[in-house]
Amino acid sequence: MPDVLNVTRAELFKLVRRPAAWTLLAAAALLSQVFGYLIPYLSFAGDGSGPIEGASKDAILASTLPDQIVASTLGGFPVFAGALALVFGALVLGSEYGWGTVKTVLTQRPGRTAVLAGQAVALAMSVAVGVLVLFVLGAASSTAIALSQGESTAFPSVLDLLGGYGAGVAIMLMWAGLGGALGVVLRGVALPIGLGVVWVLGVENLIAGVASSVLTALRPLRDVMPGINAGSLASAVMPTRPPGLESPPGINSDVADGRALITVACYVVVCLAVALWTYRRRDVA
Amino acid sequence: MTAETVVEVRELTKTYGEVAAVDQVSLSVRRGEVYGFLGPNGAGKTTTLRMLLGLIRPTSGDLMVLGRQPGDAGVLARIGSMIEGPAFYPFLSGRANLQVMARYAGSGSSKIDETLETVDLASRGDDKFSTYSLGMKQRLGVAAALLKDPDLVVLDEPTNGLDPAGMRDMRALIRRLGDSGRTVILSSHMLGEVQQICDRVGVINAGRMVVESTVDELRGDSELVVRATPADVVRSTLDQLAYVQSIRSLDDEVRLRVDERHTGEVTRALVLAGVDVREVRRIDRQLEDVFFEITAKESSHA
Ligand SMILES: Nc1ncnc2c1ncn2[C@@H]1O[C@H](COP(=O)(O)OP(=O)(O)OP(=O)(O)O)[C@@H](O)[C@H]1O
Ligand SMILES: [Mg+2]
Repeated sequence: MPDVLNVTRAELFKLVRRPAAWTLLAAAALLSQVFGYLIPYLSFAGDGSGPIEGASKDAILASTLPDQIVASTLGGFPVFAGALALVFGALVLGSEYGWGTVKTVLTQRPGRTAVLAGQAVALAMSVAVGVLVLFVLGAASSTAIALSQGESTAFPSVLDLLGGYGAGVAIMLMWAGLGGALGVVLRGVALPIGLGVVWVLGVENLIAGVASSVLTALRPLRDVMPGINAGSLASAVMPTRPPGLESPPGINSDVADGRALITVACYVVVCLAVALWTYRRRDVA
Repeated sequence: MTAETVVEVRELTKTYGEVAAVDQVSLSVRRGEVYGFLGPNGAGKTTTLRMLLGLIRPTSGDLMVLGRQPGDAGVLARIGSMIEGPAFYPFLSGRANLQVMARYAGSGSSKIDETLETVDLASRGDDKFSTYSLGMKQRLGVAAALLKDPDLVVLDEPTNGLDPAGMRDMRALIRRLGDSGRTVILSSHMLGEVQQICDRVGVINAGRMVVESTVDELRGDSELVVRATPADVVRSTLDQLAYVQSIRSLDDEVRLRVDERHTGEVTRALVLAGVDVREVRRIDRQLEDVFFEITAKESSHA
């Protein structure tokens, strides 16, 4: 146990000094703000020919207010935040192979289980902080918009906020876990990122689309996909949307709430188990 | 195994597919000695050291390090190592890399400055690892190995990439480690290097342990090179000298195995026989010569 803690400390020491980690956080923050607040605000403030069609200006403004913070923040998860988390997981665990530092780390003291556990804890902590940053930025932007438009600055209840935050962390943990497990199994960064992003942004959308329309036989398959379950989990914690506004892309209710949460948790556990199993038994060349 | 044995390896084998990278290797390293692991490229040195550290699993054989199985946390905490070149985080400075390793090992950062000083890297400690030259990376690798104040230091070709002054310093450093009571295992393909700093040597070739002996035994195997003409008179004169253990003729020179104290007598005998002596010189035998002789011995036994 002290070994796990030591590894976590070492990993966090590295992470806060690692430019790539900050770049990913900055990208997530920027995209989250642009899609959650800037574009809706511009469509509201503009002449009505803005990018969001078919919704009233009032609804668009309402979607940027503090009581919609969970929807505004989680809305971006299926489109970009998940992919960024996957990249992050692959970077944290896969880079060690590219630099050859696996052998350096594994000859310090902690055994393999302790090293991987410590890395997983550090990964989870960073993800939790990252999601928190997105929520805090969302809180700031929505409050600013509400104040400038003389609208209500009331936030959702603490319970709803915690639910939204928890779901967000769970979803990001799943993607980071998938990236990390792929990083360990494939012993690198490039291949996991390539495969992962193709999967998240391509294959899964394709399967979801086909299963919902032409080939309903694929539904059981669709309902165990990580992205579908993440989207269902996100929608489970979102407040009712202002009238006339569609759900953000990728947010769905294909899978029942409880089942989505369990599926996401299962992915986290399976990723950990697969990574640990491979990490423990493979020779380190 | 006795309390004095730090590393005990018995019939260790590692095969990759058909190839036996390490084939039935046995060796033992005693407390406080500097043990040289000598062999040409591809001999199996790195593979053996990796097994000592628990990085790879042996195909078969027994292996005890500091009285326990390799890879055990209690054992790893007492070993400082650098295997097959230094590997660190390119975006961190040399010092920060050592801080990371101290955190992994749970050993505290108090020795970092001192260690950087030891490997002569103090002035560049705050530069990024990615900007280091090959030799500086190598020094940082050795620094990381020393950080834990280890009982056992395992260094795979520690002088690789160092300039002549760096090599000399590194050898002196390793010798000091040995003299301060630590056990050191180092691998090398340079016989001269191993002779300078090691107490005992294991010679490995093509995965097999060829010989394990003290350095003095290997040094006793140095040769006297004689360049003189005419060749037939040289040969017949030398053949009559009882204290010459062996003679072999190579191109335009003759190589003798003869004790150092007889060097003068050999020269005198040659001069008295009317031979033109152009050169008499003692050489440390090269690794190839050791192999040449041992394989010759093995085939004559067969
Ligand atoms: N992961 C591996 N897969 C296949 N073969 C391997 C592997 N690792 C080592 N070998 C083989 O095992 C043999 C011994 O390699 P090793 O790296 O131990 O040699 P070495 O004595 O350290 O050589 P050098 O002086 O070049 O460092 C070589 O033939 C090498 O090709
Ligand atoms: Mg080697």
